Amino acid sequence: MATLKENNLANPTEASPPTTSEAGPHEPLLVKRDFKTVGTRPLRPDGVDKVTGRARYGADHNLPGQLVGLVLRSPHAHARIKGIDTAKAAKLAGVKAVITAADLPDHTGGDESLFDILDNCMARDVARYDGHAVAAVAAVDAATARAALKLIKVNYEVLPHVTDVDEAVKPGAPLINKKNFTRGVEPAPAKPSNIAKRSTFGHGDVAAGFRHADVIIERTYRTEQTHQGYIEPHACVASVSPDGTGELWVCTQGHFAYRQWCAAILGMDVAKLRVTSSEIGGGFGGKTHIWMEPLALALSRKANRPVKMVMSRDEVFRASGPTSATSIDVKLGVTKDGTITAASSTLRYSNGPYFGMWAELGAMTAFACYDLKNVETIGLEVLVNRPKVAAYRAPSAPEAAFAIESAVDEAAKAIGMDPVDFRIRNAAREGSRASYGPVYGPIGIGPTLEAARNHPHMKAPLGPHQGRGMACGFWFNFGGQTCSDLNIGVDGTVTLSVGTIDVGGSRASLALCVAEELGIPYDQVRCTVADTGTLGHNDMTDGSRGTFSSSMALIFAARNAIKVLTARAAQMWEIPLGEVVWKDGHAHATGEGQGNLAPLSLKEIAAAAPTTGGPIAGHAEITADGAGVSFATHICDVEVDPETGRTRVVRYTVIQDAGKAVHPAYVEGQYQGGAAQGIGWALNEEYVYGKDGRLQNPTFLDYRIPVCSDLPMIDTQILEIPNPNHPYGVRGVGETSIVPPLAAIANAVSNAAGVRMTHIPMSPPRVLKAMMSADKLGT
Amino acid sequence: MRYEAPATVSAAVSLLAKEKGQAFVMAGGTDLLVKMKSGLVEPDLIVDIKRIKPLHEVKKTASGITIGAALCNAALGENALLRKFWPGVVEGATLIGSKQVQGRCTMAGNLCNASPAGDAVPALVAAGAKAVIQGPKGKRKLAIRDVPAGPGRTNLKKGEIITSIELPKREARSADAYLRFIPRTEMDIAVVSAAVNLTLDAKGVVRKAAVALGAVAPTVLDVPAAARALVGTKLDDAALEKMAAAARAACRPIDDKRGTAAFRTQVAGVLAQRAARTAYARAGGK
Repeated sequence: MATLKENNLANPTEASPPTTSEAGPHEPLLVKRDFKTVGTRPLRPDGVDKVTGRARYGADHNLPGQLVGLVLRSPHAHARIKGIDTAKAAKLAGVKAVITAADLPDHTGGDESLFDILDNCMARDVARYDGHAVAAVAAVDAATARAALKLIKVNYEVLPHVTDVDEAVKPGAPLINKKNFTRGVEPAPAKPSNIAKRSTFGHGDVAAGFRHADVIIERTYRTEQTHQGYIEPHACVASVSPDGTGELWVCTQGHFAYRQWCAAILGMDVAKLRVTSSEIGGGFGGKTHIWMEPLALALSRKANRPVKMVMSRDEVFRASGPTSATSIDVKLGVTKDGTITAASSTLRYSNGPYFGMWAELGAMTAFACYDLKNVETIGLEVLVNRPKVAAYRAPSAPEAAFAIESAVDEAAKAIGMDPVDFRIRNAAREGSRASYGPVYGPIGIGPTLEAARNHPHMKAPLGPHQGRGMACGFWFNFGGQTCSDLNIGVDGTVTLSVGTIDVGGSRASLALCVAEELGIPYDQVRCTVADTGTLGHNDMTDGSRGTFSSSMALIFAARNAIKVLTARAAQMWEIPLGEVVWKDGHAHATGEGQGNLAPLSLKEIAAAAPTTGGPIAGHAEITADGAGVSFATHICDVEVDPETGRTRVVRYTVIQDAGKAVHPAYVEGQYQGGAAQGIGWALNEEYVYGKDGRLQNPTFLDYRIPVCSDLPMIDTQILEIPNPNHPYGVRGVGETSIVPPLAAIANAVSNAAGVRMTHIPMSPPRVLKAMMSADKLGT
Repeated sequence: MRYEAPATVSAAVSLLAKEKGQAFVMAGGTDLLVKMKSGLVEPDLIVDIKRIKPLHEVKKTASGITIGAALCNAALGENALLRKFWPGVVEGATLIGSKQVQGRCTMAGNLCNASPAGDAVPALVAAGAKAVIQGPKGKRKLAIRDVPAGPGRTNLKKGEIITSIELPKREARSADAYLRFIPRTEMDIAVVSAAVNLTLDAKGVVRKAAVALGAVAPTVLDVPAAARALVGTKLDDAALEKMAAAARAACRPIDDKRGTAAFRTQVAGVLAQRAARTAYARAGGK
């Protein structure tokens, strides 16, 4: 399992070239700049089915004889499980299987990360959060399954709990895991604590830098826990045969990873488990982790029937994918002429009860936008009795950006400098050493800031009670393992099989790239997400890698197919291979005396395939290194009701570098989607826990994601600074758009309300309280 | 679980009165079905009153306007008579849920759900409306204010159902308004709310007033002290300040996932002022 970590998004190997393979190599100097098909906006192949209800999502798959699986969940934030009596439930008519942790023996072989996944999927000796699974049943219908859950008796010994990120690190806080000794500290601590790991990044001499500063800004910021809020809940159907093979149909961002984790947990070979991904109704990182899928497989194995499981919204909130809650200290030193002389930050991120890399990612991304001589960040992974934190779109970066970009705004104000000019002065550029280590290649932070400065939005007048804010954001992007097939059909149309599931229109983008490479129309290329039985391993669609990595693989696959096509044409013409070139979807003869040979179309070559060597295909298996880092600048206007503290977003502009926008409409969609989610996070979304350690608002009524009417039209501007490591210059675009909004909105609200907001979400009670306190202080 | 859809009120009353298990009246079902799906209630009997034809009528009577208990709020919102005389009542009812929910939900259902935050209730309380109730022992009327007993509980007795809501006869130069505070723009539930009902004299001076507040106490509050602050005024700033102070003084809210007690109390006064200004303008005040 060492090759597959969860959250393998951070790829600090900015400068490394793509892996050389049969399919490649890609020569960085050969980045294509002139396009015929790429950059157009055709309809997506999955569009009609999605708007007519024909598309099949996770819960739309059914098998003959399937059972309904339901999970019994802990009502306690922290409790020892002294015993579980399932006898009565098992005897209920219609119940076909009941499982507990005893039915999931530990096959993890000492792999801590895999053991944590197992423990999270089904509590073993301790329930570690409200909603933690403790047992599951499979029955002939939902009513029977519900009745069975009520017959299961769990003997809990309630333990002291802690759910708050700041409370958890105080001396005397209840220990989440007595075996947790902080990693990354020398010498290793003798006592356990709730800090799982300390990570440090940076360079230079921070203390000296602060001594040279004219002004020092020091603040502590907080953000509350949010959920990705995907509309489609987790859903799957599992079928395990008595011969030991199994199949899983599931809504996921990575069916190969799901296969690997589920197989490892159940003690199966990956070849014996076939996983088919459904259409996905939103994932945003929350579907890069397994939750109840191993339970469905274990239930099916025990019942010898297919088992379908669909989470309720309550379960989605209580037991899947929230982000971290954070508490972040920032210190910035600046000179009067606008240079940041030193920057430091300590970032505490809640992890749930299991060790993750969330603070580490926060500490890496925190100052990534700036060219700093002296910088230090410290990330602390904090264990709490809340659900296991999962990736959420540029995981951990938005919270860090909120803290850093708020302080940067204050620093600019303190020296009387325009916040955009201040950022431009300190922005990272090609050759800058990033605060997390690597040296940048060509990057987009400067250009997005320049574009912001020149944008009409920046100069538009503001109304009463309105304020403007702006902020920058960074994300690494990821490449990863990718395996794709390209097949030429008998009529010359092309089908693509990819292993990266489509979260945002990637099938359209991939078809565009292949159409471009082969020189044929977009509508002659059809892209399908293949199951795990038909392709080599593919990493998950995370790290904004779907289009980046699969397009790279498919461009190489197309080049391989072109080699075959030109060889077939040479054979048909009976001329040497060296005298055939591929251009505009046709083989052309180039040799002397061959001027009368009409070019051969893809269709003609395909038609001749049966007699020239059989089917024509291209394949590529690569590690798509060199995902170009991504930067964005956002501008936001808000209006704050001075009597209620309610914030309305009046205008919003996203400016982001796409490298090359393969399908600009879907790039814009990613920009707008990230901003929309960021607006929700900034203003109202928040997990509210009671004193009893239970989640108070596991519904879309009280967990307030924005509705359409809450949002203005989100304007976008795509910049294209080619990524030298991709044949078309593509960078991932899916995640960076959620990084700046928290800070941009906080800066806007602070300007409108006349008081600095340091706590996200800026819900009306928090804003009104801050305004009333400021009034009392006479500021 | 049994589902019954009787055609008459007396049949519905009889079914409810006889039931030994948990019985629920269903009009639109927009609260009941959600509670059932989330496992909060497990009814033995559901009595659907949507098939009782007279319960869908809006009638102008000698004493005012009667609204059938099964009339969906979308229909109520399209009723010209109600919009003219009781714009605040219509506002409250039509703010609830989405278009789809509006096509199902009812004011009486919102009232019987007995949430302190129910949007249909404050304007009815400020209007001085009454619930017409039928039960095994006959008919009775109850002030809207007295229908909820606390969160999720009503003062209806076993077998009783609300058949209609009666709004009093409207005097000249009268109008009402309802405002709720939600962090979003729609599809949300009131964190705090206020309804104001005013009658002016010919000179624009407030002759009668009522102020009702939602989500600041276990049930919707009728606040006569706040109303008194408006009577005899033209809604000058001092009167509005006095009214807001009285409204805030009456609040006894809680801190919860939707907002803090301090926030609710402060904003109750703000909303009451804004609703009063709207009602005043609608009544012809300048």
